[in-house]
Amino acid sequence: MRPEKCFRAARNLRKQGRIREESPILTEPKITPELVASHGLKPDEYERILKLIGREPTFTELGIFSAMWNEHCSYKSSRIHLRGLPTTAPWVLVGPGENAGVIDIGDGQAIVFKMESHNHPSFIEPYQGATTGVGGILRDVFTMGARPIACLNALSFGAPEHPKTRHLVSGVVAGVGGYGNSFGVPTVGGQVRFHTRYDGNILVNAMAVGLARTDGIFLAAASGVNMPIVYLGSKTGRDGIHGATMASAEFDDDSDEKRPTVQVGDPFAEKLLLEACLEIMAKDCVIAIQDMGAAGLTCSAVEMGAKGDLGVDLDLDAVPTRETGMSAYEMMLSESQERMLMVLRPEKEKEAEAIFRKWGLDFAVVGYTTPTKRFVVKHGGKVMADLPIKELGDEAPLYDRPHVATPPLAIIHARDVTPPMPVSDALEKLIATPDMCSRRWVWEQYDHIIGGNTVQRPGGDAAVVRIEDGPKGLAITVDVTPRYCEADPFEGGKQAVAEAWRNVTAVGGRPLAITDNLNFGNPERPEIMGQFVGCLKGIGEACRALDFPVVSGNVSLYNETNGRGILPTPSIGGVGLLDDFTKSATLAFKAEGQAILLIGDTQGWLGQSVYLRDVCGREEGAPPPVDLAAEKRNGDVVRGMIHAGTATAVHDLSDGGLLIALAEMAMASGIGAHLDAPPAAIVPHAWWFGEDQARYVVTVRDSDLLGVLSKLKAVEVPCVQIGKTGGDAIAIAGERPVKVEALRSGFESWLPDYMAGKN
Amino acid sequence: MKSAVLVFPGINRERDMARALRLASGREPAMVWHAETSLPAGTDLVVVPGGFSYGDYLRCGAIAARSPVMDAVRKFAADGGLVLGVCNGFQILCESGLLPGVLMRNARLKFICHDVHLRVERSDTPFTRGYNAGQVIRVPVAHGEGNYAADEETIRRLEGDGRVLYRYCSPTGEVGDTHNINGAAQSIAGIVNERGNVLGMMPHPENHVEDIMGCTDGRGLFAGLTAHLDRAA
Repeated sequence: MRPEKCFRAARNLRKQGRIREESPILTEPKITPELVASHGLKPDEYERILKLIGREPTFTELGIFSAMWNEHCSYKSSRIHLRGLPTTAPWVLVGPGENAGVIDIGDGQAIVFKMESHNHPSFIEPYQGATTGVGGILRDVFTMGARPIACLNALSFGAPEHPKTRHLVSGVVAGVGGYGNSFGVPTVGGQVRFHTRYDGNILVNAMAVGLARTDGIFLAAASGVNMPIVYLGSKTGRDGIHGATMASAEFDDDSDEKRPTVQVGDPFAEKLLLEACLEIMAKDCVIAIQDMGAAGLTCSAVEMGAKGDLGVDLDLDAVPTRETGMSAYEMMLSESQERMLMVLRPEKEKEAEAIFRKWGLDFAVVGYTTPTKRFVVKHGGKVMADLPIKELGDEAPLYDRPHVATPPLAIIHARDVTPPMPVSDALEKLIATPDMCSRRWVWEQYDHIIGGNTVQRPGGDAAVVRIEDGPKGLAITVDVTPRYCEADPFEGGKQAVAEAWRNVTAVGGRPLAITDNLNFGNPERPEIMGQFVGCLKGIGEACRALDFPVVSGNVSLYNETNGRGILPTPSIGGVGLLDDFTKSATLAFKAEGQAILLIGDTQGWLGQSVYLRDVCGREEGAPPPVDLAAEKRNGDVVRGMIHAGTATAVHDLSDGGLLIALAEMAMASGIGAHLDAPPAAIVPHAWWFGEDQARYVVTVRDSDLLGVLSKLKAVEVPCVQIGKTGGDAIAIAGERPVKVEALRSGFESWLPDYMAGKN
Repeated sequence: MKSAVLVFPGINRERDMARALRLASGREPAMVWHAETSLPAGTDLVVVPGGFSYGDYLRCGAIAARSPVMDAVRKFAADGGLVLGVCNGFQILCESGLLPGVLMRNARLKFICHDVHLRVERSDTPFTRGYNAGQVIRVPVAHGEGNYAADEETIRRLEGDGRVLYRYCSPTGEVGDTHNINGAAQSIAGIVNERGNVLGMMPHPENHVEDIMGCTDGRGLFAGLTAHLDRAA
């Protein structure tokens, strides 16, 4: 029996009058092995519960355990591997474990950020799934005391030709916009990809970034005994019950039946909650605060108590509810949105209540902290749960699941790949493919300018957002190349971090920290676990080498449908600082006649390239290796050029390689490029489309050229001049020139045409 | 210039507006909560900013239009005070009866956020004196419901009285279906009331007032208002 079926059973009982609708449900179903299984708990996990509490749990307690011990909340399969990630640096104020990570950017300012997935709900109900994903991550950020200043997202959809894809793209994009636009935060960037491996399990990863004062960061740990625990925000309804459990199971053909477990977002309520929270925080009313996200009241109350070494007594009769007759079980597991739990300074309680009333939000004292370290839930005068609070989290199962490494794939040598068409034709084809074309159709549905601080709008390497009135700016990006991760998890994990670092660098930012959103298949399969372990090793190694620690994150496993996993997709959200936002670089060519430099070493790596896949029809080979020392050296030099003002345009090289990057620089400016023929040692199509890492295209004024070249030589950074800006075409010596306008037309039209059903 | 920016629950561009007013006039505007029944003494410009007041749940602007503060705004307007409503503010002014017509869903049914070009139809008003008549300015839009509609008679009077101040157009000023981003009647982006002291517009001039925003064409509107009010004072 699936969880929702046991709900149906409860509903039926209510209908039949066997549970009285008007009074709280005090008679709970008997615990049976089927009921335990329907809660996603394995028999050995249930044994663990019996041993822990020394008796059979009540129905409410079983629900609480299922909420705390599912994969989504307990990280039981991933915890031991996450420990290997570097999480500290002098500028890290709060690392993983809180609602979001916090870094110090000087002047008493802190940046609070995190990324989280809302994959399964978005597949079932794309609009609401996406809205609540955005709402949840915004709440994580302002719970810490920050005003959100930017949102990004990473969206992975199935193949364009899959019958559900259009519907999902349309719903998710509308949902992301619907929430962020109304809440009032600019959505400034992200990723959108299409691949058949996401046909039955799309990914919706939402990232939020907020600005706080370093002395105004709020945490979840309660302190003090007998302190009132206050419930704030929207009322509790029956929506989203078992959402976290759903997120911890695979999908099958009946997954649409899970629609009732998807929550409904209310951005208006969240906007009020934001303003009210920031107001009471500014008045110093708050001791501890925790948003109600996955597993709602259960998870938030347990965390507040456990982190503060305290017990919690909850009185559910005081919880504001949307509907009558809700049982303790339902209230504890509801994932109704836009709710918060707080411990307030008792002397400030009245002041806080007045602020919440002003914003028209519910405010109720629903419990107290106790010295007992027990989690006690009362309803209708009866104790419905009485559990050891620390053990609910600390004693959650921890698995070192068996894992097998992904077998290495053969290296594809460019000379063995026959070019199916001339370079110019391949460029025109690639620029108009689902993965390379413009995402304008998407980001024009997001308000990306609200706040008046968006320095670089979507479409560049990283978004740049001014901090308050400047001069500081923030560079923000989301990156991962799932096909690399699938082919070689270790190199793929490294590459995801390196690319985020590179994108922050390419706009002139000093990379500071990342948030990771690790999307994988079923961890009970050793090959999937192998992908997870491999990617994490790669991420950790890159973070260490680039001094780019992980400060927050989220793990989403069981992204499978009918036993077929998604491509391993560890989305990396990178944040960097610009001391002066006016010194940020953009990718558009700035003027005709400037020298175009290629920085970094080019071997012509075609394995796993989009060229090999979308032009040659071969999705194969080992992905490009990532030389982290070269990344650091090349990136530091490019950043230095940006700050020195010698780099007039900068673009990092990634999907599609050199020629795609040049085409993007040309399209952004309307200025073409005259390009030299490739060096004789490299096969032309590998030179133009190879995806070797640690590379940038930089343009410089003629007057700066010699100085720049000699500086690069002195620090031994590989650099060649490959041509000059100018004209109205991408013109390679010996190849057919391609007009910038023609490129733009293909680039801009694929996605709108697709969504209009024209292709 | 002593401006007051109204704050309704769900409004979200009040900070952008306050910054634009501050940059233009050198003075911080008063932020006025919707439950107030009067405006700060000496207010000479009321601004209804953009956002999603009350979540736009009933009908955009409908609930905010019935807030206590709007009675004070109606009186202020009746006394000849200048009122500027942008985006949700335009919707609220229509719902409150200060401006005719209604803002419907965009013709293509999607939220749109991008720069548009506006033709300034006349320059002899406090809201356009910072521009030349016929000038084309670039400002962003960010709305899902900006499709202006009114009955034929109203449109005829708006046009006849020269009350359309801003119109969607091409970068060179041509007006037509291809440049009418949301399907608005007569490509209307902004109108004034009969007396000419209440302007409602969908685009966001307040988001194009600094170099950082990529364009400063929105400055003219605020500079014009400041010049008008400072001279009056």
